[in-house]
Amino acid sequence: MSILIGRDTKVMTQGITGKTGAFHTRMCRDYANGTNCFVAGVNPSKAGERFDGVPIYATVKEAKERTGATVSVIYVPPPFAAAAIDEAVGAELDLVICITEGIPVRDMIRTRDSMRGKKTILIGPNCPGVITPDEIKIGIMPAQIHKKGRIGVVSRSGTLTYEAVGQLMERGLGQSTCVGIGGDPVNGLKHIDVMKMFNDDPDTDAVIMVGEIGGDAEETCARWVKANMNKPVVGFIAGVTAPPGKRMGHAGAIISGGKGTAQEKLAVMEECGIKVTRNPAEMGKLLESVL
Amino acid sequence: MNVHEYQGKEILRRYGVATPRGVPCFSVAEAEDASRKLGGKAWVVKAQIHAGGRGKGGGVKLARSAEEVREHASRILGMTLVTHQTGPEGRMVKRLLVEEGADIRNELYVGMVVDRATQRVTLMASSEGGMDIEEVAASKPEKIHRIAVDPRSGLSDAQADEVARKIGVPEASLPETRRFMQGLYRAFDECDASLAEINPLVLTGDGRVLALDAKLNFDSNALYRHPEIVAMRDLDEDDAAEVEASKSDLSYISLDGNIGCLVNGAGLAMATMDTIKLFGAEPANFLDVGGGATTEKVTEAFKLMLRNSKVKGILVNVFGGIMRCDTIAEGVIAAAREVQLGVPLVVRMKGTNEELGKQMLQASGLPIISADNMADAAQKIVAAVACK
Repeated sequence: MSILIGRDTKVMTQGITGKTGAFHTRMCRDYANGTNCFVAGVNPSKAGERFDGVPIYATVKEAKERTGATVSVIYVPPPFAAAAIDEAVGAELDLVICITEGIPVRDMIRTRDSMRGKKTILIGPNCPGVITPDEIKIGIMPAQIHKKGRIGVVSRSGTLTYEAVGQLMERGLGQSTCVGIGGDPVNGLKHIDVMKMFNDDPDTDAVIMVGEIGGDAEETCARWVKANMNKPVVGFIAGVTAPPGKRMGHAGAIISGGKGTAQEKLAVMEECGIKVTRNPAEMGKLLESVL
Repeated sequence: MNVHEYQGKEILRRYGVATPRGVPCFSVAEAEDASRKLGGKAWVVKAQIHAGGRGKGGGVKLARSAEEVREHASRILGMTLVTHQTGPEGRMVKRLLVEEGADIRNELYVGMVVDRATQRVTLMASSEGGMDIEEVAASKPEKIHRIAVDPRSGLSDAQADEVARKIGVPEASLPETRRFMQGLYRAFDECDASLAEINPLVLTGDGRVLALDAKLNFDSNALYRHPEIVAMRDLDEDDAAEVEASKSDLSYISLDGNIGCLVNGAGLAMATMDTIKLFGAEPANFLDVGGGATTEKVTEAFKLMLRNSKVKGILVNVFGGIMRCDTIAEGVIAAAREVQLGVPLVVRMKGTNEELGKQMLQASGLPIISADNMADAAQKIVAAVACK
């Protein structure tokens, strides 16, 4: 078991013919059961063609009907990415993973609003994707740094997730699923949503949560952990040195109105029984200490 | 992206948000002229810089004659204005706004931000205008009223009236306040703003509602659809290094420390800065070279960091995933050679082809200190800088 995706997940790529979409679809197909998982591409102007043997359809709906794909990954450029999410939601997919970085917040506000009451789960945008090691990878993370195991990873940042995984691997700890939820202010799954899934997953023993400055999603998750989680959780928050009012790369990574500081987040997490480190080189060591 | 107060007001007026009449000025003569054109008996001369607290710093003055307008304008134009938002070095004033004076009866506050929790635009309003709203939030949180706006229907009449009443707008001024708030929301929404702040919003003696100040900030991801806002960018207000970085598609932010850091990924970049601090030093910058860093990009990044004379050492921390460590090593070596690096350089690489990358650094003959993990890297660069 794992969360969100597994070896039998059927995936379509929206934006399969673009440079990024093509490159990463190939990488994902080369990984584990990827060849069987990635079954369709979507591009209205290339319908009927094939990409490395994968059929391309005009719409998400058609791709779903023809191939049985229930998950989509989006590499569509920012001006059109929110509409791509809307289309996937309209086709009632189970899960949409949006890798695209730089989508206007206004577009995401509308997209999230129209998702209310719909069954589709969104991960991202501006995220590395999701991997269940040795089964399936959907996204842009480097496959070879992972291996199958029993640690869950949830993070807002890409390379910092790889860093956490790298440290787990140095200790021989594999991962059940790693979820990059992305750094944008208006997005799909939050730390808390993924944490609930890990709590319910019999194959996850412990969780690393990696956060960063901005918003209060980490605090919300920490309070839930305190009340409900029956597995150990460790955490790190990036941005202790970040000055207020400056956006640190991600659209969401900003301390504004005195809110969303790393110190505040770390303090709440500690209060809630989450072991935290202020040294990002010790995430793996910390996780090992709670097993 | 930020704009000046006068530009923000120009945008807001297009949406029916009332402001005092005013004229942007670039010289003392223009300012004096503006007061004559505006007419009336009182004018406000306001420094235009992208920072709050201008009044306290002496950048906003009331004038009761054209003579006084000239005096204030000549004092403010060219002054280095220091406010709590400019930092101690202050900001040189190059533009003014000359406005007609307003008969202020009441000072209120209205702001808008994108709220992550509700995933909607939230209107915040308070009867405590003219003050730092963060202070109000801390000392009198009950004085701040919030409304989440439905993106489909916008700010409704009922919502606008409700919040207006709560902040003490008299019944007679409700229709005008409603127009004001709805106009502000439409401006926020249609222009892809990420922050709007009207502080203060004033009620005048004759019952009018005016934006006495306006602060607007726009979503940089949406600027492609607003060329008219991009045209308002004042490069004098932006950090030169940050402007330079954006040309090379690098995400760079100047900080106060002396250790430059070059990292791939924003989260890892912040974590690297944090590690430097953890071991007793301060980072000189945030710098994310992104996922697909080329040799050219890495070289640009080195040049950028070294342009800062405070930099006494550089830490490169890269997690090579899709991008391999040998590619990164190549970029670092080429960059170090091209810029004739004179400060200690610690490189920590992790991931694909890590060993090959390390061998390349060693074989280059450059005085590069190699590190195994982030903590090791930070300790090594802090030590190297300390003993210099």
